[in-house]
Amino acid sequence: MAAGHSPLEQFAIKRFIELDVAGVDFSFTNSSAMMVLAVVCIMSFVLLGIRRHALVPTRWQSMVELSYELIAKSVRDNIGTEGRPFFPLIFSLFMFILFCNVLGLIPYSFTVTSHIIVTFVFAGAIFIGVTVLGLIRHGLKFFSLFLPPGVPVLLAPLLVPIEFVSYLSRPISLSVRLAANMMAGHTMLKVFAGFVVALGLLGIAPLIFIILLYALETLIAFLQAYVFAVLTCLYINDAIHLHH
Amino acid sequence: MDVEAAKLIGAGLATIGVAGAGVGIGTIFGQYVAGGIRNPAAAPRMFGNVLLGFALTEAVALYALVMAFLILFG
Repeated sequence: MAAGHSPLEQFAIKRFIELDVAGVDFSFTNSSAMMVLAVVCIMSFVLLGIRRHALVPTRWQSMVELSYELIAKSVRDNIGTEGRPFFPLIFSLFMFILFCNVLGLIPYSFTVTSHIIVTFVFAGAIFIGVTVLGLIRHGLKFFSLFLPPGVPVLLAPLLVPIEFVSYLSRPISLSVRLAANMMAGHTMLKVFAGFVVALGLLGIAPLIFIILLYALETLIAFLQAYVFAVLTCLYINDAIHLHH
Repeated sequence: MDVEAAKLIGAGLATIGVAGAGVGIGTIFGQYVAGGIRNPAAAPRMFGNVLLGFALTEAVALYALVMAFLILFG
């Protein structure tokens, strides 16, 4: 292990198949390969799990039903019955982010969601979609979102800009939360791996710490996917129900 | 002062922001434990909110960490 390896090298994009379309770089990279792998894994997990669709589920079918129920419950609790059309979106979002996070835990693989551009596209698309949804549903009354009910009129000029800025910060916080969690976790793993190599025989101590870190990273992978999905449900609820 | 030294100092200062998240996460779980001792039956119902709160607070710590990385490697 050369001393010149940075813990941030694992986030480098490597092109597998060079492809240039009218001056735009459309190469098939390691990021694209991991995304394809995540989709293949999700589809085989869900489709093969419900293959026998028994009334008393097998273990695999149980896991598929559990993940379905988790998201269905979140959508029902946070948006209500009007949220049912959004369930496929939230479920796809949750499963894709979850599998991308978890596949990144495999040593020597690549974490798709550790790049801010990936998470920002997710968060930006959700932000635009939710705003358009609110504007279509409520017209200009959508802007009453920035003035919560029961607020004294004198406070309004102070409160409305604050609410507006915090609304605009939603895609930023949503994207940075996921990307920073993934990047920080993996960077920490690499840094401690460097310690293991550098310490030789005493490297057993950082090694045990890495094992514990992996447990934490697995929890964070699940948690960040769930938090992303729940926050999306909450934003959709805000757009549909304004402040009721 | 050359740029490398300034980067290192800046990254070190940016990491101070993580302290706030330590307080926040401690508060969340402390309140959960305190509430769970008073009302053990409600504890499993609230656990989902605990994890949500933890993730949101952790995010703020990571904003500070991202700033540190941006300063250090940007």
